[in-house]
Amino acid sequence: MSPLVQVLLTIITASTPLLIAAIGELVTERSGVLNLGVEGMMVMGAVAGFGAAYETGSPLIGILASIAAGMAMSAIFALMTLKFVSNQVATGLALTLLGLGLSGLIGEPFVGQPGLKLARMSLPSMNNIPFVGQYIGPILFGQDVLVYLSIALTVTVSYVLFRTRTGLIIRAVGDSHNSAHALGVSVIGVRTVCVLFGGACSGLAGGYLSLAYTPQWIENMTAGRGWIALALVVFSSWQPYRLIIGAYLFGAVGVLGYVAQAVGFGIPSQFLSSLPYIVTVLALVIISKRTLSSRGQSPACLGQAFVPDR
Amino acid sequence: MRIDLIKRPEASKVMSYASPLLAVGLTLITGLIIFAAIGVPPLKGLYIYFIEPLTSEWSLEKLAIKAAPLVMIAAGLSVAYRANVWNIGAEGQLTIGAIFGSAIPILWGSWQSPWTTVTMLVLGAIGGGLWALIPALLKVKTGANEILTSLMLVYVAQFGLDWLVRGPWRDPHGYNFPKSVTFEDWQMLPTFSGTDVHFGVVLALLAAVALWVLMSFTLKGFEVRVLGTAPRAGSFAGFSTSRMVIFTFLVSGSLAGLAGICEIMGPVSELQPVISPGYGFTAIIVAFLGRLNPIGVVIAGLALGVSYLGGEEAHTAFGISDKAARVFQGLLLFYILACDTLILYRPQITFTKSAAKGATS
Repeated sequence: MSPLVQVLLTIITASTPLLIAAIGELVTERSGVLNLGVEGMMVMGAVAGFGAAYETGSPLIGILASIAAGMAMSAIFALMTLKFVSNQVATGLALTLLGLGLSGLIGEPFVGQPGLKLARMSLPSMNNIPFVGQYIGPILFGQDVLVYLSIALTVTVSYVLFRTRTGLIIRAVGDSHNSAHALGVSVIGVRTVCVLFGGACSGLAGGYLSLAYTPQWIENMTAGRGWIALALVVFSSWQPYRLIIGAYLFGAVGVLGYVAQAVGFGIPSQFLSSLPYIVTVLALVIISKRTLSSRGQSPACLGQAFVPDR
Repeated sequence: MRIDLIKRPEASKVMSYASPLLAVGLTLITGLIIFAAIGVPPLKGLYIYFIEPLTSEWSLEKLAIKAAPLVMIAAGLSVAYRANVWNIGAEGQLTIGAIFGSAIPILWGSWQSPWTTVTMLVLGAIGGGLWALIPALLKVKTGANEILTSLMLVYVAQFGLDWLVRGPWRDPHGYNFPKSVTFEDWQMLPTFSGTDVHFGVVLALLAAVALWVLMSFTLKGFEVRVLGTAPRAGSFAGFSTSRMVIFTFLVSGSLAGLAGICEIMGPVSELQPVISPGYGFTAIIVAFLGRLNPIGVVIAGLALGVSYLGGEEAHTAFGISDKAARVFQGLLLFYILACDTLILYRPQITFTKSAAKGATS
């Protein structure tokens, strides 16, 4: 396999968890809820996924466990912010702090254990075709199943949000919860489902990290990816397809850092490692500056509490 | 049975004091359950965790040292959060403060004067303040979300520190260990005679009292509260949200930076790749537990300090992972936020017929 193909493959695996987590958070935010706990749900997904796969020997069970862990975390968040009307920003932070602590505790026995890797697809017959077998084949048809799922998820979310009645309801709840409530929509119900969907996606993204990207458990292994996913949602102006561009851009920045390190331009490795975070700040600045004048890209009720009156 | 929340006509004063106590109580009960579940005698577990750190003079000293950075950072954060400005990058500001202050011993180690420590402290505060100014200015000039930018800068600061102690600032006589030169006596904070309690503890208390005065008795404090609760009313009064963002970030950032350099000039005594067990993040919990009130933060800082120490004690006594402390801290924040609901809302429990039937069947 040529080095170029290898780099591209790494970019795809680095970008996929960002895309999965961000698409979940996008749906959550479209319903008007700001869940800053992505990092915490993700890291819980990572530890649950690794642990379940390690105990059962099945990466598939690992993936399911990571989804369940993410959903369980988001269920706490939903209960707190939607039922108890707690501050969404503070509760999201709490979710992240709890997730980081709890995953460290749960994951202690798994540190240094060999992990299970999610299998990649392979089409042996294609390897014989010149060029295609070498370049296009491995990239287009040689990924693990979650890479395709992440793209399918984006397409589905975009379709549901903008082409179906369900999507209309979600956006209505996010843009004007009072109007939606007056029309008889259960604001809390819709938001709960969207928060749980976000949790499932974050958990899955975490599971992808510990089962496909680096098949092992390291404490705090999400390393801020949950926060980058949150930034991606802002970057995308809440448009699903733009998330793909954003996620792959950020994935590429991270991987190019490693490549530059390997090639060795004499740039300190720490600078290259901090590039994704610096780029996130720059991207937020550029995108915020552009939208500052036009406002109204973000869901109008984002982060606002809703208590139904009766 | 269903529970509905009924909005109180006005915020309950009683609940705003009772809520953190209730939260601590719930955390303790959860602790009992967890201990029982993992086979540790529950009451003994609680004793080791939360009481033992308070029993000896030696551990009280340790508590003061642990609580000092938490109180210092959280006092600043509580002002920012009051103004609805979300600085969650205190850990990064702490790191940069430590780097700035350490520049004196590392680059100009021969300078021995009574002003050495003062200059180091001031540099630490300046470093933290400057690092906090980045998200503040970005927020004001471009509208970039300060939560995300301040957090991203934590990682950048930590990589910066890592680079310094492995590269240009590494101790040439340190056998290649990633650390700077060890500080000399005159570059360290004075300690109280016969103890390890350093002057940073006093600074933390001073900071808390100063911010309490600012919040309670000055126009600036009023401005913070108005812009936090009713930004529209604040703008009619001529208060500027932009200036408030910069002000609160500067205050919380410089205090975090000061806490960082105090850690280095106290317990740590040299620059290392990791200089804080997450004080900047735990301080967020301290700020909320202390009711976003600088004096409350002092009590809350001591409470969280106990959980750090108890974690270490439980580790030696029962072999419970010291990571359990972080779980307790996270749970505590959840309970506070849930209990705070009771300040504005009154729970109303109604028993409906169908639910009663469901309960009996």
